[in-house]
Amino acid sequence: MSALLDIRNLSVALKGGPRLLRSVSLAVAAGEVRGLVGESGAGKSMIGKALLGILPRSVEVVDGQILLDGDDLLRLPPAERRRRIGQRAALIPQDPLTALNPAHRVGPQITDRLVDILRWPRARAEARALDLLAEVHIPDPGRVMKSYPHELSGGMRQRVLIASAFAAEPALIVADEPTTALDVTVQKQILRLIAEMQARHHTALLFVTHDLGVVSKVCQNLSVLYAGKVVEDTTVRDFFRAPGHPYSAALLAATPKYTDPDGSLTPVPEAVIAAVRAEVEAAETEWQHGRR
Amino acid sequence: MLFLQRLLWRLATTAVTLFGVAVIVFTVVRVVPGNPIAMMLPPGATDADVARLKALYGLDRSIPRQFLIWGWGVLHGDFGTSISLRQPVLGLVLGRLPATLELASMALLMAVLMGGAAALTATRHRGTRVEAGIDVTNGVALSIPDFLWGLLLIIIFGVLMPVFDISGRVSPDLKLPFTTQFYLVESVLRLRFDITADLLGHIFMPALALAIPLAAIIGQVLKQSLKETMELDYVTLARTKGYGETRVILREALRNAILPTLTLVGVQFTFLIGGTVIVERLFSYEGLGNMAIDAVINRDLPLIQGIVLCFALIFTGVNLVVDLTYAALNPRLRHA
Ligand SMILES: Nc1ncnc2c1ncn2[C@@H]1O[C@H](COP(=O)(O)OP(=O)(O)OP(=O)(O)O)[C@@H](O)[C@H]1O
Ligand SMILES: [Mg+2]
Repeated sequence: MSALLDIRNLSVALKGGPRLLRSVSLAVAAGEVRGLVGESGAGKSMIGKALLGILPRSVEVVDGQILLDGDDLLRLPPAERRRRIGQRAALIPQDPLTALNPAHRVGPQITDRLVDILRWPRARAEARALDLLAEVHIPDPGRVMKSYPHELSGGMRQRVLIASAFAAEPALIVADEPTTALDVTVQKQILRLIAEMQARHHTALLFVTHDLGVVSKVCQNLSVLYAGKVVEDTTVRDFFRAPGHPYSAALLAATPKYTDPDGSLTPVPEAVIAAVRAEVEAAETEWQHGRR
Repeated sequence: MLFLQRLLWRLATTAVTLFGVAVIVFTVVRVVPGNPIAMMLPPGATDADVARLKALYGLDRSIPRQFLIWGWGVLHGDFGTSISLRQPVLGLVLGRLPATLELASMALLMAVLMGGAAALTATRHRGTRVEAGIDVTNGVALSIPDFLWGLLLIIIFGVLMPVFDISGRVSPDLKLPFTTQFYLVESVLRLRFDITADLLGHIFMPALALAIPLAAIIGQVLKQSLKETMELDYVTLARTKGYGETRVILREALRNAILPTLTLVGVQFTFLIGGTVIVERLFSYEGLGNMAIDAVINRDLPLIQGIVLCFALIFTGVNLVVDLTYAALNPRLRHA
């Protein structure tokens, strides 16, 4: 019946200010891999943050629902919401260099959620962490568990973070541009690893990226975001065959073919931008009007 | 490896520092006006009397020569004899040092507890009135120096509401079965908690006076550091794991936020030790600082030299401990 994640008409705004997400609706079914694309500042990360309960303090949800397993996260008591998110969802962050705590060893950063939140016995959590580190192709997991983050390379740290994200066998993982901070050579490996882990664990994945090439490789479905609004929600196949929205079409045209990385980058035509912007502005005016 | 290198380097610089301090103090106390001999002799003493006493204390020689004689003695553990108290300086200093160390440590402990609590509470409730209130309190605590806090405390808790003792280190009628001068430590070790209570009643107010400004500094700096740390990616990631605000602060942020605070607290702690001189005087607390003031009044050159050297040793020791703690807390340095 219902999807694993069902975001309905979600609006997020700067406190007392303009909306950053404008009535966003987006659903992810169990095991589905959905891409979330859009230009920088469109609000891709904001969707992930809202759903994981880590919105910046200057920002608040002003409208809408975020249903996870059918329950609206926004209406759960805070402690219950945190526990639910910790158990059912996880984040693979953008920058592995800053996402691990420099004061703690790697092992506890994988097991902490299991031990502290899900109350696993420590030994079982550690065994699980060792398995996961092996799964993400880290040689000598026992030694890495005892290492501090600064002793590992960027690629290794991202592997650790992937292992940590999968630790509690979550139903949904948000990957927010998980490869952009890495070396080009490492990017492909990490991308392949995420796809591999997703397939093995049947985890649903919300994959934030602005790389349509990546989308075509790992995603089944796709939401296109422009200025905080979902302008297209489609399957990857349909998107590449015939984008339904002028902005999507322009975005696709503007992206060099992933098979041809040297292809020239054509800017999105002014007319298209103007049209989408007008559409978004109209929606914003309507919303502001409704709020008064 | 790096750790050991660091330690040796610090020990070497400490030796040089102490030598410099010795030279400066030795010279300064001899060139400023006022001399110990004049203080000791009754009015109407003859020039011959003065010359005789000067010769007795070796003050008739040139300053470099005096320094060599004194320095040679110091290297052999002889710090000279106090002119006013007529006892070996080393014994006098060691006899008073424990009292000052206990006072300064107690003040540091109180400052860390108060400042830490303020910083954590303000961080937990950042952006609310609680934080604003703590900021204002910190500002007030900082704008009044330790000895004025001492006076205020004496007026409030010594005169208006006499709850604490305001004079001395321990009640004079108490029999002390102690073998060391570390009364507080020894009373606890010997399970004589009646004496511990009496000592705490005496140390509380001078320690508090010294602690308040330092607590405010710790509170402000640690809060700032915590707030910045709370915005970092690994803290955000921990939130997604299900940790609540309080646990995120304590588990993820605190340890990393302490590091930049530590060096500053070390420097401020040496100021606090400097503050003991006046505060001990204010509360008639029988410590090194109190003795230092008497030594200066009496122009007791050997005693002044001994006390200053002792303070210098404490300062460099504190800096060393801060340095090593920093290295121990920071995994990057520990394993380098
Ligand atoms: N901490 C914050 N406080 C206020 N506004 C913010 C904050 N973070 C982001 N924003 C604003 O929210 C909007 C959406 O930002 P978001 O980070 O979701 O963009 P994005 O689509 O993820 O972009 P990118 O591809 O650059 O990561 C932007 O206009 C941005 O300026
Ligand atoms: Mg982003």
